[in-house]
Amino acid sequence: MKFKLSQQSIVFGLFVLLFLSFSAFLPGFASVGNLLTLVQNVAFLGILGMGMALVVIGRGIDISMIASLAVPPGFLLQMVANGQPLSSALWIALAVALVFGLVNGWLIAYAEVPSLFTTLATGLFLAGLGQAYLFRLEVVQWTEGMDGLAWLGRGSTLGVPTPVVMFAFVSVVCAIFLKKVRAGVFIYGIGDNPNAARATGLPVRPVVVLEYVLASLIGLFAGVVMAASVGSMATRIFNSTMIYDVVLVVVLGGIGLSGGRGGVVNVIIGTLLIGVLLNAMTIMDVGYSVQNIVKGIVLLIAILADSIINPRNEETAQQGDI
Amino acid sequence: MSFYRFRSETLTPEETSMKHANKWIKGAVTGALILSSGVALAQGKGLDEPFRDGYKKALAGKVVGYIPVAMGFDLGIGWYEGLKKELEPHGMKVVARDPNWSTSAGAQAMTALIAEKPAAIVLHNPDVQTYAKLIRKAEKQGIYVVQINMRSQQPSTAFVGADWVDIGEMTTAATIAACQGKSNKIAIVQGAPTAAASAYTLKGVENVLAKNPQVKVVSNQAADWDASKAKAITQTVLKQHPDLCGIVGFWDGMDIGTAAAVKEAGLQGKVFVATSGGGEQSGACDQVMNGSFSYNVSYDVPTQASNMASMIKWLVQGGVKPGAAKQNIYTTLVPLTKENAGNPGACWKLSKK
Repeated sequence: MKFKLSQQSIVFGLFVLLFLSFSAFLPGFASVGNLLTLVQNVAFLGILGMGMALVVIGRGIDISMIASLAVPPGFLLQMVANGQPLSSALWIALAVALVFGLVNGWLIAYAEVPSLFTTLATGLFLAGLGQAYLFRLEVVQWTEGMDGLAWLGRGSTLGVPTPVVMFAFVSVVCAIFLKKVRAGVFIYGIGDNPNAARATGLPVRPVVVLEYVLASLIGLFAGVVMAASVGSMATRIFNSTMIYDVVLVVVLGGIGLSGGRGGVVNVIIGTLLIGVLLNAMTIMDVGYSVQNIVKGIVLLIAILADSIINPRNEETAQQGDI
Repeated sequence: MSFYRFRSETLTPEETSMKHANKWIKGAVTGALILSSGVALAQGKGLDEPFRDGYKKALAGKVVGYIPVAMGFDLGIGWYEGLKKELEPHGMKVVARDPNWSTSAGAQAMTALIAEKPAAIVLHNPDVQTYAKLIRKAEKQGIYVVQINMRSQQPSTAFVGADWVDIGEMTTAATIAACQGKSNKIAIVQGAPTAAASAYTLKGVENVLAKNPQVKVVSNQAADWDASKAKAITQTVLKQHPDLCGIVGFWDGMDIGTAAAVKEAGLQGKVFVATSGGGEQSGACDQVMNGSFSYNVSYDVPTQASNMASMIKWLVQGGVKPGAAKQNIYTTLVPLTKENAGNPGACWKLSKK
């Protein structure tokens, strides 16, 4: 039997290697408390990664996810701060996220604009809309009126911090969706070969719309969890490089940008690898710039190993990379 | 002193009645004088103050450009509102350009403003380098440049702002004082390492640390002015060092996250959190009162705005050529603790939109 190393197993191996060596040589790393903190610190990234995975498996990309993370939750906080009741504000925020996902999906599935450009533009639009009309300040504070939702990001269940529980919850929901729900299974078909999917009669366009709606809703969810945890929503996060981290977590975990491959486990592995790196470097008190160097080197190793072990073949050559 | 505070002079009833009595006496005396001599009416004419015309003419219609690093946060809005309040009643116009955290957009805005030839430009530098050449160009073309809070390596006619080294020294000294008799382990949460404000503050921190060798810095990390990053770093540090006695943060907008991590670890009140900021009510005083911050050095934004406005009023009357003098006005720093943060006027409020 021929054993073939996939990107997923390479990254998993790298993760295990780093984990074991940090556990052995870095005092304080392997404690349960620290490991929970480790996952908690990357939980938002992981939740967003789940949304991104749905889209990437369907051979798309959603660059606007940080806008969905920042703007609808920021708007929610602002409305409540202005004195609106939580329930109605929540419905409005949900509606904003839903409409945003529908617009993304419609443009990509029906108007057939490439997903990269569509979501780049719509993300800018939503972020600009938020800054111009929806928020008073870039950082929207968590006010007492929001406390009805505080359980989404604060406290812990059986010692596990809530953001980690939420990450697990989203992972389970996404796993069930991708494996057991018909629309989820269709996403693989569409991602693998959209034309064949259409020829066999799959509802390609509606499923693509669904992908972006789900991504937008997951963004809203991640945003509310994040705001509850941090105590405010810094909407300026849209200007940060966080979207690259989200793409990175997905691609590093082994979900190819060419679509049709991978699943929830890949996102979890990618997220954990980033988490271990960040956590260990914080413990070692590594400087800011050096952290970037280390991150870059580890990523390069992962990509290099993949391209050596799995060289370009006919199929990948035809599909090309982004 | 500042424009958001309401300061009323209240009078006791006795004083009020005395005032009334005085008025009556004055009125009676004046009436008697007028009656006694009709000539006095002509002599009661006002005297024109000889200097106000020149002042009014110098200010009227002048334009002041304003480029912060972004408008969407308490400092950016606070300075803008302060400048408008002080300058617009004198017929000056304040025009703002919002680069929204982009240095290239800021440089473009500055170039465009120079071409419009305003009387002065108020500039908030994102770093020491970006606007250096443009500042020189503006002053060469006769535009006064007033730098605010974060300076460029190129000095201009005036700099108004916080002394960051001082801030670093104050926050660190307070933290070390709170650490006495405890573990003496402290953590530092920097802003963006490329920003001058962050680097100068760090210098102040180092100055104090050099005199206190018993203090151990267990973590010295940059959180990029980002609250969620600050929270992540602090969480990890607190897990490693649950006996940490204090944290020196570099900006209250970011240290909301630092404080959230301390609170989540159940260490609020046990870990001293020192930070600094513009002294806005919800970001500073409220957070000190609810225990998130133990110590917050405020560089009171309204005072800074009024300092800038006075400088500009003085400059546009002429007399000093742009760039001929290069002086600094360092803001008086006010440390906010539970003792004074609850006092009326300790912080300022953003006006409602």
